[in-house]
Amino acid sequence: MILLRLFWEFFKTGLFAVGGGLATLPFLYDMSARTGWFTTEEIADLLAVSESTPGAIGINMSTYAGVHTFGVIGGIIATLGLICPSIIVIIIISNVLKKFQDSKLVQKIFYGLRPASLGLIGAAGLGVAKIALLKTDVFQESGVLAQLFDWKCIILAVCIFFVYRKLKHSPIFYILAAAAVGIIFKL
Amino acid sequence: MGDSNVTRRSGKNQLLDLYLTFAKIGATTIGGGYAMLPVLQDEIVTKRGWATESEIMDYYAIGQCTPGIIAVNTSTFIGYRKAGILGGVLATLGFVTPSIIIITIIAFFLQNFAEYPVVQHAFNGIRACVCVLILDAVLKLGKKALTDYRCVLIFVAVLAAALFTPLSPVLFVILAGVAGVILMPRKKPEKTGDEKASDAGGKEGTS
Repeated sequence: MILLRLFWEFFKTGLFAVGGGLATLPFLYDMSARTGWFTTEEIADLLAVSESTPGAIGINMSTYAGVHTFGVIGGIIATLGLICPSIIVIIIISNVLKKFQDSKLVQKIFYGLRPASLGLIGAAGLGVAKIALLKTDVFQESGVLAQLFDWKCIILAVCIFFVYRKLKHSPIFYILAAAAVGIIFKL
Repeated sequence: MGDSNVTRRSGKNQLLDLYLTFAKIGATTIGGGYAMLPVLQDEIVTKRGWATESEIMDYYAIGQCTPGIIAVNTSTFIGYRKAGILGGVLATLGFVTPSIIIITIIAFFLQNFAEYPVVQHAFNGIRACVCVLILDAVLKLGKKALTDYRCVLIFVAVLAAALFTPLSPVLFVILAGVAGVILMPRKKPEKTGDEKASDAGGKEGTS
């Protein structure tokens, strides 16, 4: 029965967490308080692991919490619970959109949504850049401006930018290469 | 697998292709749903032509203000449009499969995974790469999507709001939809829509 409950708890999270993986956090805190499946410290660890593994953060968190609670099957069930509402909702929305795609109102709405979508993606990219290229914690302690910048990472980022523009290749290639460079040069 | 039945076979292949492609995307999306964009652009738009760039932006916007994980919503959208309900389900399952495998292994064997120096070094490198890939994708998409000053205005407003306010992105998406209704030029709305679509389609076809 715990499996059913696991599914249901994550189904609810998937249904009400609007705005991506980090929006699942409050639900996880709530779940930890009500069920005792994991502690709040474990949620912090969870977030660290989720951010440094492939995959969407919300999915990683649900798998991790599920495995923690009920082993391999728990991880699968929790993740299925989380994605179920998405699949249902998106299929409905996709059908509704198809029906109204010629409507002027829908076209006008998307006229506004596209740049907004791009703005949000840009903000997310800059957010990653801040974490990747700046050492804000060191800077806050020392106050020396030169220590704010993580030079090695900035050089790597600039190199990737120019090589990527020139040579193309799949982004996956650059991600793997960057991981190798990170390990070799101890970034 | 019934080699004689060509259509069924290609149908099955398509589903398998969807599953495997999204598994590949899931395995390389590092740092949340937005990091999926550059790989999505390459695998889905450029290599396979399953969606256009403006469609992907639409899916992102919808994924943002509907329940659930953005990357999952986007996967379902593309899979469903491509091959119906089964397509949507398989694309999404493909996307989450690497996560489930990797996280399960980590949860069992590598309790302090995030604290290993090797892991930290690798991810410092990956993050430097991912921010470049995302910003490059934004620049590329921006050239196509920001067709007039109104679009640029909405883009800048949302970018600034997302960077400097703690408000939920859901709110920005809803407001941008309202802004679109108010701002979209009345003169030839349909024509601009078509032009945009055919323009994007043509460019993807040739590149």
